Amino acid sequence: MKRSYIIGLALAAAVGAGTANAQELTGTLKNIKETGTITLGHRDSSIPFSYLDDNQKPIGYAMDICMKIVDAVKKELKLDKLEVKLNPVTSATRIPLMANGTIDLECGSTTNNAERQKQVWFTNTHFLTASRYVSKKASKIEKIDDLKGKSVVSTAGTTNIKQLTEANAARNLNINIIPAKDHAEAFLMVETDRAVAFVMDDILLSSLVAGSKAPGDYVISKDAFSKPEPYGIMLRKDDAAFKKVVDAATAAVYTGGEGQKIYDKWFTQKIPPKGLNLATPISPELKNEFAKPSDSPDPDSYK
Amino acid sequence: MNYNWNWGIFFEPNPMGTGTYLDMLLSGLWLTIRTALLAWIIALVCGSIVGVLRTLPSKTAQWIGFLYVEFFRNMPLLVQLFLWFFVLPELLPRAAGLWLKQLPNAPFWTAAIGVGLFMSARVAVQLGAGIASLPRGQKQAATALGLTTGQTYRYVLLPLAFRIILPPLTSEFLNTIKNTAVAITIGLIELTGQARSMQEFSFQVFEAFTAATVIYLLINIVVVTGMRFLERRVAIPGYISGK
Repeated sequence: MKRSYIIGLALAAAVGAGTANAQELTGTLKNIKETGTITLGHRDSSIPFSYLDDNQKPIGYAMDICMKIVDAVKKELKLDKLEVKLNPVTSATRIPLMANGTIDLECGSTTNNAERQKQVWFTNTHFLTASRYVSKKASKIEKIDDLKGKSVVSTAGTTNIKQLTEANAARNLNINIIPAKDHAEAFLMVETDRAVAFVMDDILLSSLVAGSKAPGDYVISKDAFSKPEPYGIMLRKDDAAFKKVVDAATAAVYTGGEGQKIYDKWFTQKIPPKGLNLATPISPELKNEFAKPSDSPDPDSYK
Repeated sequence: MNYNWNWGIFFEPNPMGTGTYLDMLLSGLWLTIRTALLAWIIALVCGSIVGVLRTLPSKTAQWIGFLYVEFFRNMPLLVQLFLWFFVLPELLPRAAGLWLKQLPNAPFWTAAIGVGLFMSARVAVQLGAGIASLPRGQKQAATALGLTTGQTYRYVLLPLAFRIILPPLTSEFLNTIKNTAVAITIGLIELTGQARSMQEFSFQVFEAFTAATVIYLLINIVVVTGMRFLERRVAIPGYISGK
């Protein structure tokens, strides 16, 4: 009788301890603590957000922000050592790898929108970009209406091609829309005159132009197809504890002025491996967002 | 696994405004079928001609057949499509190149012709093997009857050889259908391309690719059944492939 009482007490204590622990750490944080590792997903050619340098090491603006998050997680969990594993992802693999727990954060240039929030969560916005087009200066396409009746390329499966399709219908432009597999191929279509213009996020256009054979030949439009849309670092859905840590970390980086420094490093100075300079100073919208970090998917909330 | 399954996604409207996500996949399927059929016709026609060339007595004909086959089968399909789509127009005179680039539906034609020529090399090798597998007596008897080389092929060798190679041709037809998926690299948004678009828009990656897989399986089952029927239909009782 006495013995079983003690066992019962021990069991109760064990169960109690178990639930207490579970309350403290759940999901991703628990995993990181147990394994002592955090896995970052990175892209291979999303310049300057997340790409490989000449030593095949992932670098970039989003990678720098992710490393700040890693520091914050390490501090939060009071770990002496936190190993960072890097895992390459593509636009097709980022969701499965996030869902099955292979990666904990996706550091790249993923647009944060309401549709996608049904599948993943995003932390505070790290970039805002609008849909514009690039064309050869020689073809003199000065505004969206000049695209009338021409062949225009955009990358298949992007919000940009969707906006182009909508604008085409709404303004009766009669544009022949060519879908391309990826940004590099779409740009190649403009380079080889298969299309007069390429509609894409303006920052990606800047990096494609800067990296092209003759950057002086191209011009990015003033006209935009959309309001500035937010890019966010992706994390698993329904993991509120982890999101809290990540949000606090990014908010601290943005409001503390460090965000601006990291921004300048990647967007206004020469970046490896080829010494490109994107020469894109911070926009007023992003500056406001840095002052008041937000994870909203709604473009209208960034003014 | 932290994944939000949503099989109802296929009936939700797609963001391109062209109906539901299912409509998007079906329009991709239609493009896949059109590309594959055109490619298969090209493969059969060119493959038959080259396959015959390889078995002719003329050394020149054999060489032409040999070079054709080695050119098309030794290069990855992806590289071939890139060559046709991006490199060929640059090699032509400027006006011709520009005309080629501005053809409407350029990715479709390039894909059908590119995949067709790639597969034709495989058809040619199989037809050559089919002809070589016939007993020598067939050809000799035809010659003894006074048939010309053309008549020998038309009335004796090819009808038998094609019956023998029907089962491997079925595989080649299936390969042609599946190989059209490579054409997304030159901007042909066929079934695989639409599945990719669907996952980019909705982030429902597993549903999109499961649907694409099932659709590919279904078309291939249709093709296999049709070819089986054809095999039985044309079989000659008592001969190699007949019962």
